[in-house]
Amino acid sequence: MYSFDFVRPATLDEAVAALAGEEAQALGGGQTLIPTLKQRLASPATLVSLGGIAALKGVSSSGGTLTVGGGTTHGTVAAEAASVYPALAKLAGNIGDPAVRNRGTIGGSLANNDPSACYPSAVLASNATVVTNTREIAADDYFQGLFTTALEPGEIITAVKFPVPQKAAYIKFEQPASRFALVGVFVAKGADGVRVAVTGASEGGVFRWSEAEAALSSNFSAGALDGLSASADGLINDLHGSAAYRAHLIGVLTKRAVAAAG
Amino acid sequence: MVDVTMKVNGKTVTKSVKGNMLMTEFLREELRLTGTHVGCDTSQCGACVIHVNGNAVKACTMFAGECAGAEVTTIEGMANKDGSLNVIQQAFQDHHGLQCGFCTPGMVMSASALLKENPKPSEAEIRHYLEGNICRCTGYHNIVKAILAASGQDVSAIAAE
Amino acid sequence: MPKDHGIGASQKRREDVRFLTGAGQYTDDINVHGQAYVCFLRSDVAHGRINKVDTAEAEAMPGVVRIFTGADFEGVGGLPCGWQVTDRFGQPMKEPAHPVLARGKVRHVGDPIAAVVADSLEEARNAAEAIVLDIEELPAAVNMKAALEAGAPRVHDDLSDNLCYDWGFVEDNRDAVDAAIKAAAHVTTLELVNQRLVANPMEPRVAVGDFNRATGDSTLYTTSQNPHVIRLLMGAFVLGIPEHKLRVVAPDVGGGFGSKIFHYAEEAFCTFAAKAINRPVKWTSSRAEAFLSDAQGRDHVTKIELALDKDNNFTAIRTSTLANMGAYLSTFASSVPTWLHGTLMAGNYKTPLIYVNVKAVFTNTVPVDAYRGAGRPEATFQLERVIDKAARELGVDPIALRRQNFITQFPYATPVAVEYDTGNYVATMDRLEEIADLSGFAARRKASEAKGMLRGLGVNCYIEACGIAPSNLVGQLGARAGLYDAATVRVNATGSISVMVGAHSHGQGHETVFPQVIAEMLGIDESMVEIVHGDSSKIPFGMGTYGSRSLAVCGSAMVRATEKIINKSKKIAAHMMEAAEADIELKDGKFSVAGTDKSVAWGDVTLAAYVPHNYPLEDIEPGLEETAFYDPSNFTYPSGAYACEVEVDPGTGKVTIEKFAAVDDFGNVVNPMIVEGQVHGGIGQGIGQALLENCVYDENGQLLSASFMDYAMPRASDVPFYQVDHSCATPCTHNPLGVKGCGEAGAIGSPPSVVNAVIDALQSGGHNVTHIDMPVSPHRVWQAMNG
Repeated sequence: MYSFDFVRPATLDEAVAALAGEEAQALGGGQTLIPTLKQRLASPATLVSLGGIAALKGVSSSGGTLTVGGGTTHGTVAAEAASVYPALAKLAGNIGDPAVRNRGTIGGSLANNDPSACYPSAVLASNATVVTNTREIAADDYFQGLFTTALEPGEIITAVKFPVPQKAAYIKFEQPASRFALVGVFVAKGADGVRVAVTGASEGGVFRWSEAEAALSSNFSAGALDGLSASADGLINDLHGSAAYRAHLIGVLTKRAVAAAG
Repeated sequence: MVDVTMKVNGKTVTKSVKGNMLMTEFLREELRLTGTHVGCDTSQCGACVIHVNGNAVKACTMFAGECAGAEVTTIEGMANKDGSLNVIQQAFQDHHGLQCGFCTPGMVMSASALLKENPKPSEAEIRHYLEGNICRCTGYHNIVKAILAASGQDVSAIAAE
Repeated sequence: MPKDHGIGASQKRREDVRFLTGAGQYTDDINVHGQAYVCFLRSDVAHGRINKVDTAEAEAMPGVVRIFTGADFEGVGGLPCGWQVTDRFGQPMKEPAHPVLARGKVRHVGDPIAAVVADSLEEARNAAEAIVLDIEELPAAVNMKAALEAGAPRVHDDLSDNLCYDWGFVEDNRDAVDAAIKAAAHVTTLELVNQRLVANPMEPRVAVGDFNRATGDSTLYTTSQNPHVIRLLMGAFVLGIPEHKLRVVAPDVGGGFGSKIFHYAEEAFCTFAAKAINRPVKWTSSRAEAFLSDAQGRDHVTKIELALDKDNNFTAIRTSTLANMGAYLSTFASSVPTWLHGTLMAGNYKTPLIYVNVKAVFTNTVPVDAYRGAGRPEATFQLERVIDKAARELGVDPIALRRQNFITQFPYATPVAVEYDTGNYVATMDRLEEIADLSGFAARRKASEAKGMLRGLGVNCYIEACGIAPSNLVGQLGARAGLYDAATVRVNATGSISVMVGAHSHGQGHETVFPQVIAEMLGIDESMVEIVHGDSSKIPFGMGTYGSRSLAVCGSAMVRATEKIINKSKKIAAHMMEAAEADIELKDGKFSVAGTDKSVAWGDVTLAAYVPHNYPLEDIEPGLEETAFYDPSNFTYPSGAYACEVEVDPGTGKVTIEKFAAVDDFGNVVNPMIVEGQVHGGIGQGIGQALLENCVYDENGQLLSASFMDYAMPRASDVPFYQVDHSCATPCTHNPLGVKGCGEAGAIGSPPSVVNAVIDALQSGGHNVTHIDMPVSPHRVWQAMNG
């Protein structure tokens, strides 16, 4: 690791101020950033830990919306969202491993937008809203490609607001080494129709499978997807699976997610 | 430099450390608690699992500065007060749940966190919980068996001595 | 009641207490006062000419003590290879230089170019980044077949091509085998890849070099399976330090699996640099560095042909293998695809004619050497896969085909130069059918099919050769070391015993098992016996732990030394009791005179040896310490039969192991609990090879699976509980304990049954799939199902 200053502000305002400094970088749970720092692939002058800001933590729900603080760990979401939004809780409970879930945060995951991460699929399929210290960003506007988001430098995710769908499920097929999603499909049936978000598969990061959404909106059953296949164009081709295999898995997992959503 | 004060295995320690110091370095080099091991650099092997405020975390993926004010427990703090092996440690010895011993501290720390959350886990729950703890020696058989035994479940039907 | 004491008791391991409380002392836990840290600057290209290494700017960076490059090692030897293979034309293998730091060229990604020694690791890394390299990248030889073609990039400029050797075994059988295959009623052919693996013990390698100015002694603390071998190789061949000025210590070692046998550049560097800068030098490998610098395993591409007569008797086997050596010859690299592979090709079967051809190839990849099983998994996999394929082609039951061809008479001289002393392959297979409940398979398959899953059953046998020996034979075969081992039994005045053994324990439990043997022989409690290992200054000599040899070879030396102790102590006891030596009996820690009630306790005799007031000084010396070297007369031949049941998800191609059963014949067993643990671990690694692990380079020689993010290590959720059984024991006939060795069996015996089971599952689902290369990943299964 290169050397850097480490600060751990107690309030959001202090964090925002610290992040305004030259080459300052926010540290969420650090489960991706710290390995990156170890490889010397990042060299911030100051690392601003968000872990000391109580206001960023917690899960609450009201009026059909589940709000998760940006600094809430996966472990907390798995435990506290289970009664309100079980599909989301289950997703959170299968990210990484227990020790990673005790550190990794939803804000950190979304800010990083790893193409194989689980959370982006939930946010996109749920049509959630990403709340930052300056504004609210709709899911469809938030994800802008591989490791790229609508966030401005220094902007901090303070919360994510999930409209709780009527039915939802996430199925992850794990890459055997990293246990990230080789392909993960989140299916959500809400008041405005069905949304299907796919992670792990595309070179462009998480995306919506619109053909499946159309088919499921008129008939929410696995059978509605018969004959439908995802295109392999633009999908990831690596030592764990070809683009064609990932396209195949999208079809299989979407059916299984629909079946699991009931 | 950051000044950090935390409680490690019940003892309060205060140190001034570099901002980029990981908890693994803090424990191993500053406190000479070398039972917390480093087996990878991508946060996967779990040889470094410790408890921070009662939660299992990977010490290699956490800065010492993030533990300011925390209560930290390492493998060195797991034995009974009289120095004897605790129930989980004893089960690992009784059921040969370790060979080279390198992953063992992390396994014990994870097992302990699991049993706190889930006092009677099933075999499948144990295997799932150990997703972030890699052992290259045991093929996991006796680790899973030891954890079942430590939770008070009958392991006599599982093959082997 | 199971035994709780001595040989055959499942004693709990005494070493566990320190490991379970964080008190183990691994090499990285050792800090020597004043130590500096080294960071190796490693090549990021697979093949390149070094035009210039400019360290000027880096030398001026904060904390830098000194920067070393290849030029600093001009007067120093290269890393030696410990086995010279002779090719089928009688010529020695090609043996290129293997410098400590690269000179002239870099030959694989990870090849060390320079080493920065600094006050802290961070400063060393900073300075390493400031070194300016001028390296002209060259086309890389990566694929073995392409590397052998004319005009391929040459890994070593001073060699005419990339062929290390072309080995034929048994060369005299070549024509007869060709003729038998031509005349066969049926020939089954299989082309397969035994993929490259990374051993990945959980403890990465560490080396700490120290130099004592006062005495001129060098000390190396290192993560080694065999500290004396490192002392010999590094002292004699690399640095020119005589044994009495060089101490090598391997304290607690966090697993090895072969990868910590070899002498590595980093060990030589730290020892050399400590003297050069007059300060201790420490190197701790990161996992990322381990992927680029630990010798890797397997990497064979093989074609095997099995010939059968009209009655399905095996008549001949012919194999042709390309074996990857990587960029340099690691310590035992050359022996793995030859003597540890060709000699195993008979397996458990009476095939009269066998010919094995191996071409060893240099490539611009990390060196390849022994990994758990070393040559024997490669032999077993091809043999047991081709038998399965033959059974399917012939429409016969794969178990019946095996049984029909089993060797049943022992000793049995194979056509590949070895003689099996004992075994009972029929009994192990009978036992397997019973414990694996093979008769219940059809019902289990039905249940799986009802869930929409395909279920398959795979079975295989294996034969192992452990405790490679005797030294005069292996010397003829090219080994440049003896393969005996040594033990010193030091009985202290109060009767406690220190046993200095040449074997090294890094998970095997020697500290528990070896005392059980001595306790049994002397009739004393195990707690009186302590094993000392891992320090060349404390142990007379030893060859270390690998090839499942510790108990069979070093344990035998310990038995011989203990026998000498018994003989001497009986003389002392006879003198004390004024009786004839021939009448003295030792039982339950007591010497008595046969037919009388006269006796003296163990402790009385040991005290007399050190306080020789009433002692036969005219006949024997005081003291009670004996050393023995043991050089076995033959290998030992464990064997077994394994069964695996899998479910294949036809939607995703994912394979799940549902059941795994292993029946092993290890001869006599000293500690059943530990033996079973060894088998569990081997099976875990075998399942890892079969389903998950794959070390992959791209066409430029870049390692794609360079971390645990891409190299799939088996996790707890990837494996089931295993059923293991070692009740079919045919003791080894030529070592005093009748033991055979159990460390590698699981890794050798498990991959074929897993793959056989997957093929069985897919065929049951109507897929005409005859082979899938390992790892049988979901992607590969899906591809196979979809043509």
